[in-house]
Amino acid sequence: MGLVLATTAELALVTTLLLILIATPLAWWLARSGAWWKEIVGALTALPLVLPPTVIGFYVLIALGPESPLMAVLQPFGVRTLAFTFTGLVIGSLFYSLPFAIQPLRTAFEAIGDRPLEIAATMGARPLDRFVTVALPLSRRGFFSAAILVFAHTVGEFGVVLMIGGNIPGKTEVLSTRIYQLVESLQFGEAHRIAAMLVGFAFAALLALLLIDRKVGTPRP
Amino acid sequence: MTIMVTLNDRLGDSFSLQAAFEVPSAGVTALLGPSGSGKTSVLRAMAGLDRIAGQIIFNGEVWQGNGIFVPPERRRTGYVFQGVGLLPHLSVAENLDYAERRAPPGPLVRATVIDRAGIASLLDRQPSRLSGGEAQRASIARALLGQPRLLLMDEPLSALDSDARADLLGWLGQLLGQIDIPVFYVTHDRTEAARLATHTLHIRDGRIAP
Repeated sequence: MGLVLATTAELALVTTLLLILIATPLAWWLARSGAWWKEIVGALTALPLVLPPTVIGFYVLIALGPESPLMAVLQPFGVRTLAFTFTGLVIGSLFYSLPFAIQPLRTAFEAIGDRPLEIAATMGARPLDRFVTVALPLSRRGFFSAAILVFAHTVGEFGVVLMIGGNIPGKTEVLSTRIYQLVESLQFGEAHRIAAMLVGFAFAALLALLLIDRKVGTPRP
Repeated sequence: MTIMVTLNDRLGDSFSLQAAFEVPSAGVTALLGPSGSGKTSVLRAMAGLDRIAGQIIFNGEVWQGNGIFVPPERRRTGYVFQGVGLLPHLSVAENLDYAERRAPPGPLVRATVIDRAGIASLLDRQPSRLSGGEAQRASIARALLGQPRLLLMDEPLSALDSDARADLLGWLGQLLGQIDIPVFYVTHDRTEAARLATHTLHIRDGRIAP
């Protein structure tokens, strides 16, 4: 139980950190670009929202398998396959939770509007300076929301993990797949405990989200 | 030393800006015209906030034209926006810091600017807790502490009620007389232009009247 919990927490934490890094520039571009094709990218990043997790898992499994061109590139570095590894699980989770990072960040970036960035520009702030000193503080609520949503959503991941994880204890077994195993082997007592824990966690995460929305209000002119 | 502006661009389905003028880069130039005449577009182009086809030359330095486009952060204009022109997440003092930290050394001294703007008692306030007149005075102080080479003002008094406007107009007349920076002042109000400006350009339907 402790091992499964640790794997789950580690997966959610690593996914959250990486996804914030990946989603920030992408959401910024989606919020501010005038390119006509940006909503095509927008729709692509939202796909995991509506696709069955098994479909995401299937493609990631193929891409991480020994036959894939991606793995051929990594072969010289001694990597033959990432299927059924923790790294593979992280890669799958990045796709699975991507929309939950993009959406709140994009909304927060759009809410800033042009004015504060223009004020900063006329005061001599270059683009990166403007992003760090104006955009980031004005969108911190979006970052809190994105982090909580990605973490909670990754903890709740099942289909993707099942496809690419292989449920190896200590490596790729997480709480959601443990429950499935417990129920299959009719151990309802233990399944109850984990299920209740996940309900409690999900509730706490959503409550935190709502409280942050009220407390960390962005100062508005 | 002059400011030369030649703008020629379609800005909408039925609006094209064809404004050309050359004015001395000293004193206060009013750009006077009704709403929708294109005066804010001219000002934004001068600041580099919008990229409108044409040429802008400030004291012999090409800001725009012949494939050159100097971004706003390198033009060093002070821009006073219509409405609130302060960073909303910073206090008044922090807004002034923001400008000062990015400004080259210049003639405008913080204490003097604060004093002239009459904002000494407002320094710890957030912009959301300022009245319209207070916010505008703080915005102007912020613009000045950037040590601008050119001060651009977009209807700075239009968001105020008439009492505050009369107050601020007197104050602004004094202030602009004391600083040695060329000012471009956009307005639709003839009284403001007459009161503040040393030259006046009339703009209508995107064209400068002769």
